[in-house]
Amino acid sequence: MTDNRFFNRSELIGILVLAVFLVLVLPLTLDVFRLNLVAKYLTYAFVALGLVICWGYGGILSLGQGVFFGLGGYCMAMFLKLEASSVENTKIQSTPGIPDFMDWNQITALPLFWKPFHSLTLTIAAIILVPGIFALIIGTAMFKRRVGGTYFAIITQAVAAILTILIVGQQGYTGGINGMTDLRTLKGWDIRPDHAKIVLYFFEVGCLFVCIMIAQFVRHSKLGRILVAMREKEDRVRFSGYSVANFKIFAFCIAAVFAAIGGAMFALNVGFMSPSFVGIVPSIEMVIYTAVGGRLSILGAIYGTLLVNFAKTSLSETFPELWLFGLGGLFIAVVLAFPNGLAGIWGDYVQPRIDRLIASRKPKPEGWTDSSVADSAPAE
Amino acid sequence: MFGDYSLGDLGSIFVMQGFAGLILFSVYVLMALGLAIIFGQMGVINMAHGEFMILGAYVTWMTSNLFQTYMPGLFGGYFFLAMILAFLASGALGMLVEWVLIRHLYKRPLDTLLATWGLSLMLQQAYRSVFGAREVGVELPQWMLGSLQVTSSIEVPINGVFVMCLTVLITIAVAYVMYKSRWGRQVRAVVQNRIMAGAVGINTEKVDRYTFGLGCGIAGVAGSAFTMIGSTGPTSGQLYIVDTFLVVVFGGAASLVGTIASAFSISQTQSTLEFFMSGSMAKVLTLLAVVGILMLRPQGLFALKVRK
Repeated sequence: MTDNRFFNRSELIGILVLAVFLVLVLPLTLDVFRLNLVAKYLTYAFVALGLVICWGYGGILSLGQGVFFGLGGYCMAMFLKLEASSVENTKIQSTPGIPDFMDWNQITALPLFWKPFHSLTLTIAAIILVPGIFALIIGTAMFKRRVGGTYFAIITQAVAAILTILIVGQQGYTGGINGMTDLRTLKGWDIRPDHAKIVLYFFEVGCLFVCIMIAQFVRHSKLGRILVAMREKEDRVRFSGYSVANFKIFAFCIAAVFAAIGGAMFALNVGFMSPSFVGIVPSIEMVIYTAVGGRLSILGAIYGTLLVNFAKTSLSETFPELWLFGLGGLFIAVVLAFPNGLAGIWGDYVQPRIDRLIASRKPKPEGWTDSSVADSAPAE
Repeated sequence: MFGDYSLGDLGSIFVMQGFAGLILFSVYVLMALGLAIIFGQMGVINMAHGEFMILGAYVTWMTSNLFQTYMPGLFGGYFFLAMILAFLASGALGMLVEWVLIRHLYKRPLDTLLATWGLSLMLQQAYRSVFGAREVGVELPQWMLGSLQVTSSIEVPINGVFVMCLTVLITIAVAYVMYKSRWGRQVRAVVQNRIMAGAVGINTEKVDRYTFGLGCGIAGVAGSAFTMIGSTGPTSGQLYIVDTFLVVVFGGAASLVGTIASAFSISQTQSTLEFFMSGSMAKVLTLLAVVGILMLRPQGLFALKVRK
């Protein structure tokens, strides 16, 4: 292994292959409609990436990632909605200049918490900070008291339920069950036409690679090692003098921020945001993307997300009845037979063959079988 | 917010809302009892618990239709047979699921959550294919309709009273089985120390399977009782699953008393708040309070000390 903090050789190849796939192959082969679908799927890949750090490495299963996805998405959507409801666009309302759903609910002035979203800078800060601070509060409250495992999963799930009920219930402030629709421009630049969709797609892929690099860095740094050690034997790490809670809080926060970036991208690419991406069902679906791709593999999570979503779209278009059976069966099969997902299958069956093929052609390089501890399956 | 009501009115409101809360309490207790056994005793997160409950509800619906068509004379008593059938059906499915799925996952509690979530999706789709997507409601026998007039401003529905009595009976039965019978002793022994329990000759695998079956069976009975007060659809079970998990966690996972106490406090808080604000805000406030208390006291109301 080289001294690089980010990746070893096979990971570098993997990232390059993914880059070629996302930047060249998909845009050249798909029409704009399908490319926009891929952009929508990739927003979930951000969440899946966060879950690899938080769940795969840290061993913290959060069933509330939809909360952070939603918070990020709503922050972005609020900015876009405010821009779409300028005074001249909303002349027919009884109070011009506020979003349409507020007008329908007899609200006459913009609520205070909406005010910062007039500014793009503050919005971008909010996309990172709101979910980050929220995760910090939940994480501190839970991990400092050594609540973990199943309890943490149930409580994050309850938080997802609370936020959904709150958004649906407070229709005048949040748009209710319909969410925020009819988003039009970003700083005067129309986000709806085809060429804007293509630009947004490339922007999103760029952000995704920044997040992949951050995840790679975490994984290869000492921090990543401690996370794995913690997952395997928490007490031993604590006795060695590390503050287990702080590492867990960090992993949870970084997963939350990734999810929020994904949510913001969703609002931009898809053009609306609604509570149906916040609740329990989408949160668990996001976990399954990670599980299918491989909870220990950063790249696997992205392929897993794309694959499950493609399957979902094509299956639910042609056989709506079968789709839930398929998804349910997938959950069970992945958990029972392939706990490490696609990446596990790749690592167990495909990679060794490729390695053998290459090894038979040239002499074995040094440090060949260097597989890091982090690649082994969790032994819970 | 009390200004508009006289003292007598307020008293009646609290009694009536309290009673509505008691019905909610009964549903919570019936669902949470099964979950408390499965989650509290075995550590398995059964996300498909709501679907086991709905199976019981559908069995009850089918039995009532059967009685209506072939034995209209006995219709008044169909419910008791339906309850037993619901218990057997859900219990049998539970044991099958334990054998096929759960027993491979005891060492990975978080994975049981994903696997049973998959199971719940499949069951939901199965119900939708077999029974249709529309909600079904059973016809109540004559003696369960109407309500009891307690005072001039307070009246309570008879089916609610019936469900509550049923809840009390089932709770007593479960408490007896868990704390007095030989089998219950074996279950508790396995919970406290699986290896030692095996060493003294308890067949832990068999105990696991029956425990899971019992928990699912009780869920079936809960579904059966649920038909008395609401209609049943393929996804009705999912509405209750998070609440029920919170009830169990809030009560302290391995404690039956805790489960009942927490079901009582959560349901009463929610139904009392519901009168003064919208239903969704009442639910938000109740859940927030529960999550808040759990952050301060993660072990729940009544914690059982178990050597890990």
